[in-house]
Amino acid sequence: MANGTTIEIGKEQAPARPGEERGTLTGWFLELLYTVDHKKLGIMYIGTGWLFFVVAGIMATFIRLQLAGPNGHVVGPETFNGLITMHGTIMIFWVAMPFVFGMANYVVPLQIGARDMAFPRLNAFSFWLTFFGGCLLLFSYVAAPGLSGSGPAPDVAWMAIAPLTARAFSPGSNVDYWSLSLLVTGTGSITGAINTMVTIFCYRTKGLTLYRMPLMTWLSLVAMFLIILFIPPLSAAQIMLTLQRYLGATFFDAQSGGSAILWQHFFWIFGHPEVYVLVLPAFGVISEVVPVFSRKAIFGYPAMVAASVLIGFISSGVWAHHMFTVGMNSFSITFFAFATLVISVPTGIKMFNWLATMYGGKIRLELPMLFAIAFLFQFLIAGLTGIMLGVAPFDWQLNDSYFVIAHFHYVIVGGIVFAVFAAHYYWYPKAFGRMLDKRLGLWHFWLFLIGFHLTFDPQHISGILGMPRRIYTYQPGRGWDLWNLISTIGALFQGLGAVIFVFNLIWSYWKGKKAGDDPWDAWTLEWATASPPAEYNFEKLPEVKSRRPLWDLKHPEDPDWKYE
Amino acid sequence: MVLVITTESALFIIFVVAYLFYIGKSLIPPYPHQVLEFPWLGSILLFGSSGTIMVAERHLKRGAIDRFHLWWAITLACGVGFLIWTISEWLKLIYKDGLTIATNLFGSTFYSLVGLHASHVLVGAILLSIILVASLRGKIRHRHHEHIEIISWYWHFVDCVWAVVVTVVYIISVKS
Amino acid sequence: MNWLKDLVTQTGQAGGCAPARMLRRPQFWRKLLIGLVVLAIYALFFGTAQAQEYPVHAVQNIFAPTSLPAESLAFLSKLVLAICAGVFVIVGGLLTYGIIRYRRRGPEDDATEPPQVYGSTAIELAWTVPPILIVVVLVLVTARVIGEINGFQPLGNNEQVRIIGHRFWWEVRYPRYQVVTANEIHVPLNDRTQPAATQLILESADVAHGFWVPKLAGKSWLVPNYRNQLWIKPFQKGIYLGNCTVLCGPQHANMLIRVVVQAPDDYNWWLDNQQKATVEDPNVAEGRKAFVQNTCGTCHRIQNVAGADGTFGPDLTHFMSRETLGAGVAPNDKEHLRSWLKDPQTLKPGCLMPNMKLDDQEIDLILAFLRTLK
Repeated sequence: MANGTTIEIGKEQAPARPGEERGTLTGWFLELLYTVDHKKLGIMYIGTGWLFFVVAGIMATFIRLQLAGPNGHVVGPETFNGLITMHGTIMIFWVAMPFVFGMANYVVPLQIGARDMAFPRLNAFSFWLTFFGGCLLLFSYVAAPGLSGSGPAPDVAWMAIAPLTARAFSPGSNVDYWSLSLLVTGTGSITGAINTMVTIFCYRTKGLTLYRMPLMTWLSLVAMFLIILFIPPLSAAQIMLTLQRYLGATFFDAQSGGSAILWQHFFWIFGHPEVYVLVLPAFGVISEVVPVFSRKAIFGYPAMVAASVLIGFISSGVWAHHMFTVGMNSFSITFFAFATLVISVPTGIKMFNWLATMYGGKIRLELPMLFAIAFLFQFLIAGLTGIMLGVAPFDWQLNDSYFVIAHFHYVIVGGIVFAVFAAHYYWYPKAFGRMLDKRLGLWHFWLFLIGFHLTFDPQHISGILGMPRRIYTYQPGRGWDLWNLISTIGALFQGLGAVIFVFNLIWSYWKGKKAGDDPWDAWTLEWATASPPAEYNFEKLPEVKSRRPLWDLKHPEDPDWKYE
Repeated sequence: MVLVITTESALFIIFVVAYLFYIGKSLIPPYPHQVLEFPWLGSILLFGSSGTIMVAERHLKRGAIDRFHLWWAITLACGVGFLIWTISEWLKLIYKDGLTIATNLFGSTFYSLVGLHASHVLVGAILLSIILVASLRGKIRHRHHEHIEIISWYWHFVDCVWAVVVTVVYIISVKS
Repeated sequence: MNWLKDLVTQTGQAGGCAPARMLRRPQFWRKLLIGLVVLAIYALFFGTAQAQEYPVHAVQNIFAPTSLPAESLAFLSKLVLAICAGVFVIVGGLLTYGIIRYRRRGPEDDATEPPQVYGSTAIELAWTVPPILIVVVLVLVTARVIGEINGFQPLGNNEQVRIIGHRFWWEVRYPRYQVVTANEIHVPLNDRTQPAATQLILESADVAHGFWVPKLAGKSWLVPNYRNQLWIKPFQKGIYLGNCTVLCGPQHANMLIRVVVQAPDDYNWWLDNQQKATVEDPNVAEGRKAFVQNTCGTCHRIQNVAGADGTFGPDLTHFMSRETLGAGVAPNDKEHLRSWLKDPQTLKPGCLMPNMKLDDQEIDLILAFLRTLK
């Protein structure tokens, strides 16, 4: 404070919104093409995420329509296998990952008081790699059919099970589109992660020690670290697969003594940390929203940081819980069951800390908080079904069944997507200077909530009744009909909710209530800028003395730095 | 650069694991002990180049740009020499011993691991050439020594990977 | 329809219409009861053996096991489910309570901020220790069950069934008896007093598959070049349905499993039948010839038929002893078999048997022939 920090809330003039500088549509488009500004790239990442969400969501709708009743005839078996592969691959890599990068890109530099990412041009490069990879995958629908007669899109499941991916069983080039698009996008993710980490380590403003960083930034940091460590295994495995398919290498070829199970090890060494990459930033969002809307500081910040790092660390050692049924020895199975169960301890700590933050507070049930509360309930259930599956014998029954599908959709949709929605309602006013419409938001919330539960709650049951994954149809009389029907109805609710949300995003851009700098009365640095922030973010880089610099400003009689 | 090295290490580890896992599992020959000789020439060139790059750096730090050019060029030459040595190795393995990437598990894991390393040497050589050209045109000065140091870390990393490859491929699998 | 008209229009006749009078007489009811009892006795003892003795367990609830190890799995599953349900009730309850109790009640709440509590080591420990304890308990119980089931060592007198996964059918072999069949797996009933179990050896001929019959055991992958095993000790007779659980291609969904758990006598009768070659029926000699001439034999083996020794497709020696065709995609009756022979792709699109372009006459001959392979 003695240095004369110039955080003056509300004094800066809100500059033109993204694209308004040039005025024309072409100008807007060119600006997006050439920009290296982390804020615009952040919005572009998120826009990419929503674009692919719609594509993969339509695929999911077809999947559900096909499975609504027994002996469905909506799509044929090859098309169905392509749909499930594409739905899964797109949702993880071109919806969830762009959300992770989009939120990190937009929020992290603002929260640490930086002007941009460490390497802005690398940032743009990362984005365009990601985007191009997605286009390449979708291009498979056009280009892959060829002469082989196999399905156009990759149809080998998102985990590309070997040896189904060998040339002998997947003769076309659809598997190669899967590998290559992911190699491209994976590179974009790695460069993006390096960029974010360097930014966090080297560009924090004065006084912002690592221990004073907002939790969103902390959790993004851990997620980025997981990315640089665990995307290379996927790339390595894909290189091996491509070498096998084109140069005759024998990595996973049983006839040469290769091991199909080795593929699984490599894939899941990537695959499990990947889902933590997706969920940790969601935790970050919740850790920002719950305190602000409970009007209390987060309970136990050091424990939250420690738990986050611990989760990241342990997540690297649980991968084979995806392989409990492939025939491992008892020691390995027990070890991975143990590690999987242990990871529930730090996760539980975070849950309790969020609860304790709410206790004693004055909870404002605004839209970000509604989504955060739904997250808490749903992530609780998701975590518990995860514990059940971590008990290996339970998994021996329910692995590769609809119970697993229910579990991970609870995490990804019930957890991550809800957190992303919360993030949108929380930070959209900052990015665009307008509030999202509240009534539309409530419609979105309730429709999506009901739809989510209608779709995924019954899938626990059909899994328990023996329904396996990845089947394009089923016979009547297995006890699965009713649950699948309910599940399909839920998809329509979710679709409607999502449409209302996208409409809200667009409508509020022009008609939303003006937001001002700090509509939520929050405490982290991004709220000290204009809405939307100027291109240079801060006129003068602020100096902070605590974890909640704006709280200190607003409550000079009782600042945080007295207690930390 | 630390982060780049971390991520590249993660990539290499997978290929090393694949190599180790498949030792002794090839169903048909050729086997490692039959066709691999200890890579004296390649190792001397590459490890030597780590030494020469350090010398070059020291000259740059002291401002002796000409000496820097010389030692940097020697480093580059060693790197290129290593690549040429690799190519000759491979030609012998493919045409004389009949070992290709598709022959057996040894072939697949050998060529993928050593090839991945060689591609990183190639990238390093390209980086070194760019710096050399820029320096010959007068663009590199004493004040750039920290940037050059970062590039040299990459080169040292490539060397360390070679040490691992030598151990795993030329020592362990030959003895198994 | 006169009786209906009468029923509707008749009124007032003493005692009502004829059917009504009949229904009021006790003799009617006595006769009906006797008739029903007789019918029941008949059905119980003389109904077709499979329909009564071997109910089809189509709904495979993991919590309704009828075999070991599915019982141990169900027990452990119920335990962990109970623990998790308890955690959900507690934490969910706390969450619900918190939202209601600490909600902002109105603009008067905006005047001041609530007291800022930054943390408490004691509380953090308090809610770290119970989860650790729960994890410890779960790990111990889990390790025990894993050891018990995964560490199973087959005894000498186990029944052994070798199951080899193909796209999209199951090759089933009984090595001890030189029996080769497909898709339907017969196993003997077990009782808890016997230590012997039935061992299922799981292999694959092409890509990875999965074997899952929930009421009997957990699932296992079938991986080429890698042998897995499952063991079962079923103690309820019946036909158990299951599925392939690992995506293996277009017809992964129709790679169905039928495990028939039979009383020892019936099981031995079935084995005997499978071991014998089918009797050559001279009436279908033309069909047998057509089978070989149309190259069916290059994929399908039939014992004692020269030219029918292929192993790419299922062994058809005792084709009619199986209740379904196409690995469960259709019942094994005349119309479905005809449809299959005409074009298997209509019943199972994407399966590896191509349309053999048989004309109707060939289909009739081959159909007749196949239906003698009991």
